[in-house]
Amino acid sequence: MKFEYTITTQNFTTAGEASSNTKKTLKLLGIDSKIIRRAAIMAYEAEMNIAIHSRGGKIQLEIEAHRITIVAEDQGPGIADIDLAMKEGYSTASHEIREMGFGAGMGLPNMKRCADSFDISSTPGGKTRVVMTLNL
Amino acid sequence: MELEKIIQVLDCQPLTQPLEGGKSFEKAFGSDLMSDVLAFIHDDETVLLTGLTNQQVIRTAEMIDLKLILFVRGKIPSEEIIGLAESNRITLLSTKASMFEAAGILFENGMRGIDQT
Ligand SMILES: Nc1ncnc2c1ncn2[C@@H]1O[C@H](COP(=O)(O)OP(=O)(O)OP(=O)(O)O)[C@@H](O)[C@H]1O
Ligand SMILES: [Mg+2]
Repeated sequence: MKFEYTITTQNFTTAGEASSNTKKTLKLLGIDSKIIRRAAIMAYEAEMNIAIHSRGGKIQLEIEAHRITIVAEDQGPGIADIDLAMKEGYSTASHEIREMGFGAGMGLPNMKRCADSFDISSTPGGKTRVVMTLNL
Repeated sequence: MELEKIIQVLDCQPLTQPLEGGKSFEKAFGSDLMSDVLAFIHDDETVLLTGLTNQQVIRTAEMIDLKLILFVRGKIPSEEIIGLAESNRITLLSTKASMFEAAGILFENGMRGIDQT
């Protein structure tokens, strides 16, 4: 089963809807609540990163018998130093974004911690792609 | 602590309907950083204390099944945001107390912080 959600940049009214839908879908499928919680955190952090840091993108959710895969891909501007971006506490979020409750620099580490497999690829000026899986 | 007791000791204004009485909460976490909320709260019976009232606070709570959000410093979100909380069965309360005062009063009444694991 596959679902795809489009994430618009800087739209903080719709941001979170893709993750909300992801969560509802997994619940309907009767997936274990601990797995749903992890999937929801992964999807939400990825969705907010696209809305906050990118020019927009999409989130794909794939559910198979043995695993859930979440792919977040955006249209750039990419991440210059991935190792630095993965560090807890590192954030380039603006003052305005911090006032909305983001910019702790915990999103990517949260995703990695929740996922069974986590892979991030990005090129400066190019797109960022995060592929995460959860074993069922 | 029962919901009614929290409302009483902090002189809270309930913002959502219906008020699901009888619910009890043993732990609380205060933060205005949503990723910290997602990283540190492991138990959905935890109360979230925050001074932020935007849509993303409700979305964050929805993701980890939080049932009670307590807005400090008299903050009250818009009708739309209250509606989003209601549709997710999240109870919203508002107290005039500051984050520090609200936390202190709850602690005095037996509420504790989250497990630091
Ligand atoms: N999709 C993306 N496109 C471009 N840069 C990104 C993207 N995702 C993350 N980054 C960069 O990596 C940094 C760290 O991301 P992370 O999600 O860990 O923290 P944050 O979004 O800044 O804060 P938080 O997630 O705690 O609210 C960001 O500040 C940003 O510089
Ligand atoms: Mg982030």
